[in-house]
Amino acid sequence: MIIESKLQADDAVYREVVKAGDYWLHKVKNGQTFRILDLEGNQAADTLFFNANDTSERYSAMDTLREQGNVYLTGGSKLLSSQGNLMLEIVADTCGRHDTLGGACATESNTVRYALEKKCMHACRDSWMLAVAENPEFGLTKQDITHNINFFMNVPVTPEGGLTFADGISAPGKYVELRACMDVLVLISNCPQLNNPCNAYNPTPVEVLIWD
Amino acid sequence: MTTNVLYEDTLPGGRHWSLLMRKGHVLRLTDLNGGANVGMLFYNPSMPLERINIPDTLKCQHTFKLTAGHCIYSDMGRIFCSITEDSLGWHDAVGGTCNRALVERKWGKRTFQDYRNDYYRNGMDSFLINLAKYGLGKKDLAANLNLFSKIVTDSEGNLSFVENYSTAGSQIALRFEMDTLVIMHTCPHPMNTASEYPLAPIKYQIEPAATVQDDDLCMNSRPENRRGFMNNTLFNLGCGDHCHDH
Repeated sequence: MIIESKLQADDAVYREVVKAGDYWLHKVKNGQTFRILDLEGNQAADTLFFNANDTSERYSAMDTLREQGNVYLTGGSKLLSSQGNLMLEIVADTCGRHDTLGGACATESNTVRYALEKKCMHACRDSWMLAVAENPEFGLTKQDITHNINFFMNVPVTPEGGLTFADGISAPGKYVELRACMDVLVLISNCPQLNNPCNAYNPTPVEVLIWD
Repeated sequence: MTTNVLYEDTLPGGRHWSLLMRKGHVLRLTDLNGGANVGMLFYNPSMPLERINIPDTLKCQHTFKLTAGHCIYSDMGRIFCSITEDSLGWHDAVGGTCNRALVERKWGKRTFQDYRNDYYRNGMDSFLINLAKYGLGKKDLAANLNLFSKIVTDSEGNLSFVENYSTAGSQIALRFEMDTLVIMHTCPHPMNTASEYPLAPIKYQIEPAATVQDDDLCMNSRPENRRGFMNNTLFNLGCGDHCHDH
């Protein structure tokens, strides 16, 4: 469901551009709203959420999809934790569909998907490994790197049980906005994948904005 | 077939167990009465940070369902097991597992105090109990398989559970391509629409696997799987996953 936001960028309490291939790890407080803005279009933002007060509680793709009864995320989707609690709600969305089945790229999965020689290409899970290594104050480790959301990515499931990777339906200026329903840590990898159309073969920056 | 069975046992409905499967062995699961669901997770026993990865599994084989010819991948680009036989054609990897609140909401509450060992177990607690036996915990949970269950999507992405899907005698064979810690439970699929808590027992058998031949169904079902098998070969050489040049 397409929902336009009423929030103005000038009123944001935080703005940061996340460059292509970089990560962003930040706390968003209960009640705050944050937006991921696809600046140049067709850019996947691979995102994990944790309860900031107990990181063993985290976003659960399976619980979220099952309880909403639909395999895509969109405006109105309620993101549930591994313990069945409401973590965030998608309150605005001008893209209309986001994937949470396809997971994040990794050097290891690149060897399987593309070629063994692709093993040294930059990947989302490497960005996350750097994030947990550089930010020990959050107590995150590889254990916490799990099943994520791919904002702005389009991965249609067919009734016959197939999974297809379609061209992105995002475009410059499209955004998704989430209201935190608990204090959350947000860990984004601005995807560096060059082997498939998820970033239109040209990873570009996204902007993150937070409102109180 | 029966003569090859090294071990067999039954897991009643609504129970949990774990076992170590050795490379080169088959775990054959049979739905005894119909309507079974087996929640399942995999870990590398020598390095449990390596674990089942459903997104990687689905993505690299371009599939939402799992059936014969598919491989189940770890997050390290390796294959825990291959589905070498399947009489059903569809197993779920997206529905997740039932937790205490869901079981209570759907089927009510049966406590140990009142029902002894017929109390209602749930998938989440079942996973956690078995994970704790290996020093693993909540942070080690991952998206799980639901063998013998089918959920489908319509063109809008709406999910639905297929009722009365698995019939008595349905069978799936998992051939392990590396040593694997298998955590499993027979608690109901979380989308099961039954009015009573479903109790469906399964039989599980361990057999030696025939050597993987070059024309192997799973290795050749997709070019990705051939590369996955190559990653296993390198791992089993002791090279790990960063020695592809050797």
